[in-house]
Amino acid sequence: MVKIIYKTHDGDVSEIDVPEGWSVMQAAVSNGVDGIEAECGGSCCCATCHCYVDEGFADKLAAPNDQEEGMLDNTVAERRSNSRLSCQITVTPALEGMVVTLPEVQS
Amino acid sequence: MGASPVLPPVIVVGAGQGGLQVAESLRSEGFSGDILLLGAEHHAPYHRPPLSKGLLLGETTAGQVLIRQPAVFDKKGITLRTGTRVAGLDPAARQIVLETGERLEYQALVLATGARPRRLPVPGADARGVHSIRTLDDAQAIGAELAAAENVVVIGGGFIGLEMAAVARKLGKAVTVVEAADRLMARVVAPPVSDHYRALHEGHGVTILFGTAVAGIAVEDGTARGVRCADGTMLPADLVVLGIGVEPETVLAEGAGLVCDRGVVVDGCGRTSHPDIYAIGDCAARRLPDGQCQRLESVQNAVELGKACAAAIVGPDKPFIAAPWFWSDQYDAKLQMVGLSAGHDTVVARQDGATCSWFYFKDGRLIAIDSVNRPADHMAGRKLLAGPNVLTPEMAADGAYPLKDAMTAPVA
Repeated sequence: MVKIIYKTHDGDVSEIDVPEGWSVMQAAVSNGVDGIEAECGGSCCCATCHCYVDEGFADKLAAPNDQEEGMLDNTVAERRSNSRLSCQITVTPALEGMVVTLPEVQS
Repeated sequence: MGASPVLPPVIVVGAGQGGLQVAESLRSEGFSGDILLLGAEHHAPYHRPPLSKGLLLGETTAGQVLIRQPAVFDKKGITLRTGTRVAGLDPAARQIVLETGERLEYQALVLATGARPRRLPVPGADARGVHSIRTLDDAQAIGAELAAAENVVVIGGGFIGLEMAAVARKLGKAVTVVEAADRLMARVVAPPVSDHYRALHEGHGVTILFGTAVAGIAVEDGTARGVRCADGTMLPADLVVLGIGVEPETVLAEGAGLVCDRGVVVDGCGRTSHPDIYAIGDCAARRLPDGQCQRLESVQNAVELGKACAAAIVGPDKPFIAAPWFWSDQYDAKLQMVGLSAGHDTVVARQDGATCSWFYFKDGRLIAIDSVNRPADHMAGRKLLAGPNVLTPEMAADGAYPLKDAMTAPVA
């Protein structure tokens, strides 16, 4: 299990122990974290699991692929340098303690 | 003054993605009454898209496809009853009747009953080794047989069948797709997209038989051993997967006298012909402003009509009006579709290597975009099709033209 910390736009914080191999999105949705819609269920098709990742973990994450890049350009909330689609981040032990901040709107 | 009477729950029949969405959106819309979500299957609500892809490849576990953990239902005040089949409706009494005979009263009823796979009306179709892919149980049964299978025959070259074919090829199986029409995904995409996917699958070693009807399944000891085509060809098979479409599950609605037209007829908020009864998702046929009924089988339709339905129950209305979108994952090709291309008179393409988008126009107006590995075109299309736009076929064909620029009319 790897601890991921989700912060909603309203400041609600959820610490979730995520099984390795799950996506950051799956754990949030499974636990009913508000602020991630993930309408397409993790197929990188809807851009409604947008999140801002802890800058300190940037070098521990694989860079977005072309599909994610294309979807990230079309998020409803502002795209920032640390914007990611949480369905595309697979949880590994290196992400222990990563804080993921959720935007105000997803759709 | 006595306490105000407690109203019966809103009952949602069907615990798929749409049914769950209604239940949760009722809460986010401020509904404070009881919510009862009834599912015929024994599983809690799950994502269907991975069933024909990641789940079969072993990339996704059954635990990962469940949408919510049980505790989330408690937290949101949603009562989930799985393994519960509804036998009939009694609208006059505002009750539903379960298969067990139990009657449950509702204040509003939502039918989210989905669709059932079309069955193959030929001898042998009920043999072991012949499967549809609709439920988690279906996918797990296929997964259990897939490892040992050598010859996989997929009947139907639509999304589900082709996703299955791609999975089976990735796992090294010999794969034949039998398609009655003369091209792939003919019901949904236009000929150039069909051609692209034919080349993709044939390039991966799939044999595709077009214009081919199935006459029967060859069975030995109760197990499928082959598929017999109408022209007499026998295709060896130890796993046969049917992807020949679905039929809306409208038995309850029809039994209660609701207006149905290849689906339960609803407005943009999921209202049926009965004031307290709503229908959403695959089972619903939405009446469009031009009077036509449109039944969509998609995640977006389940989610968006689910949200609209919950809003209508609580008030005020927030009808579902967005352009339809869909996707299909086959090999490394992600097909994303927005709008409906049927009836187009012009199609132009933007292509760059293996990525391509096709733009469909009717009477000079953009009606749909199909994209392969071009997500930005797809997302731009969702915005373009949401309102007025000035995109012409010439602009669409010019890869240097930024699609976003066509979203608003030019300043005169």
